[in-house]
Amino acid sequence: MTMVTPPHITHLARRERWSRAEIAFWLAWLAVYFLLPKHLMFAAQILITGLFALSLDLILGYAGIVTLGHAAFFGLGAYTAGLLTKVGVIEPVLGLFGAALVAGTFGFLTSFLVLRGRDLSRLMITLGIGLLLFELANRLTDITGGVDGLQGIAVGKVLGLFEFDLFGKTAYLYVLVVSFGLFVVARALMTAPYGLSLRAIRDNQQRAVAIGIPIRVRLTNIYTLGAVIAGVAGALLTQTTQFVAIDSFGFQRSADLLIMLLIGGTATLYGGFVGACAFLIAQNWLSSINAEYWLFWLGILLIVATRYLRGGVIGGMAKLAALRPMGKKA
Amino acid sequence: MTSFLGLLFDGLAYGTLLFLISVGLSVTLGLMGFINLAHGVFAMAGGYLLVVLMGAAGLPFLAALPLIFVVVAAASLVLERTLYRPLYKSTHLDQVLLTVGIIFVAIAGATYIWGPGQQPVSIPEWLQGQFSLAGVDLSRYRLFLMAIGAAITLGLVFGLERTRFGARVRASVERQRTAAAMGIHVERVFQITFALGSGLAGLGGALGVDVLSLDPHFPLKYLVYFLLIVVVGGPGSIMGTLLAALLLGVADTAGKYYIPETGAFMIYVVMIVLLLVAPHGLLGRKK
Repeated sequence: MTMVTPPHITHLARRERWSRAEIAFWLAWLAVYFLLPKHLMFAAQILITGLFALSLDLILGYAGIVTLGHAAFFGLGAYTAGLLTKVGVIEPVLGLFGAALVAGTFGFLTSFLVLRGRDLSRLMITLGIGLLLFELANRLTDITGGVDGLQGIAVGKVLGLFEFDLFGKTAYLYVLVVSFGLFVVARALMTAPYGLSLRAIRDNQQRAVAIGIPIRVRLTNIYTLGAVIAGVAGALLTQTTQFVAIDSFGFQRSADLLIMLLIGGTATLYGGFVGACAFLIAQNWLSSINAEYWLFWLGILLIVATRYLRGGVIGGMAKLAALRPMGKKA
Repeated sequence: MTSFLGLLFDGLAYGTLLFLISVGLSVTLGLMGFINLAHGVFAMAGGYLLVVLMGAAGLPFLAALPLIFVVVAAASLVLERTLYRPLYKSTHLDQVLLTVGIIFVAIAGATYIWGPGQQPVSIPEWLQGQFSLAGVDLSRYRLFLMAIGAAITLGLVFGLERTRFGARVRASVERQRTAAAMGIHVERVFQITFALGSGLAGLGGALGVDVLSLDPHFPLKYLVYFLLIVVVGGPGSIMGTLLAALLLGVADTAGKYYIPETGAFMIYVVMIVLLLVAPHGLLGRKK
């Protein structure tokens, strides 16, 4: 007679397994490479933004840390990758590591400031840090190029083998591989008990303490991990566009990111990618009509979404399908 | 020395404006804990109303001001009823997203109607120019600002300390549930203070068209200032808000004059340090 596995173990095992929808999601990105060769640059941009939104999902969706300045890490990564090429480090993967290191260090150090207070002071401190870095990039024109952005970035071959081409073929695959790699790491962490402990902290701090979860340590290291992934996303944007705009530090970028995550659905892992996809396509379409028009509809969307769009696209679809707690992508 | 006095004067006038705009935010934040990032929208609305009323409608400056107060307060009541109220018990994230949405709509709307540029407004003649006092040139308009600010502060403190409604507000800020148990209609109290605060913000925005330079990005540009004043002053405290606003006004004016190259940088550093040193505000109470 065989032992019956306890239900919570099978539940955990099922959370860990990749569903068909998830596999289809990533195969779809691979299919884009073959099916839409003319839109690879745009597709790469969506992936990068999705990765950036994933990093916010980790700290906001899973750990419940409210932030208005997540672009700080994106900008740090972007400028680090750009400046590294200026000092002779032109190999992109090294650039990614450099960006991850800088953004991660900054994230670790600022996590102590951010985690000290409650929601309101967290908001203000993250907002302040973001604006501070923006001002810094704006003032240090010798290093950062100021408002004009960092120009003339020459990126070398990936691992010394694959050169970036004009059509963005290499760039797209490079972005896809890096995004997928980081996604796998994030997914593994979030489905593991580690991720469950973060949700426990988000939902009820006192009980989390009572069952022995080290809150400070967990929040500090998830904040750092979020910073690292955001930094890598910034570096990817620099390397594929060979330009750093000063608005990579901007408030608008942090706000847009929150909106994307809201559209896609928080604490779903895929929400960021789905949201980025919807957001960027809509932005591309609407802002070509008129930039102010876009801002207006964005505001309306936010107002409506806080009332009626709980859980975002993925949450809505999960409700429709009512299959598993894991989200799905059509 | 004289330039320093002049600077102090300008800074205090600037601080008075910031106080007028942020005091409503301070009280409503203390009362409901609602994070309203869109408070600057009311100030901007006041500014544009002044431009319209003096330009197209041809109203005199002094007649336009009370009208602006009433119109902005009434408009804020509608917003409170339709958008804010459903989110009182919601998470702070939802409140942030809602109010950021309101800011975006306001920016887009103002740009659509008035264009992206700054709006000029002609102050009446008797408020223009300067007069000299003990060797320092003082602008008449700024003196006017400070007089209005002083009058409103006195009115607010009197209203809060000496009237029945003020007692209700203080009770609700202090301990909402007990206040409700004593028969105070906390939501009504909140609604009225929200309208008063928004009206004052509109008034401040109207008075500050020249000093703060009005353009569609006003609510975002000054967002940090308003939040900083409220948090440093301690949410719910009028005197704390006044102190913080005057301090910020003087510090910002002096900073722009003596060390212009740092720009807004200093403000952000000061804000982060102050938040770490005094998380409950300078005159705020621990809750």
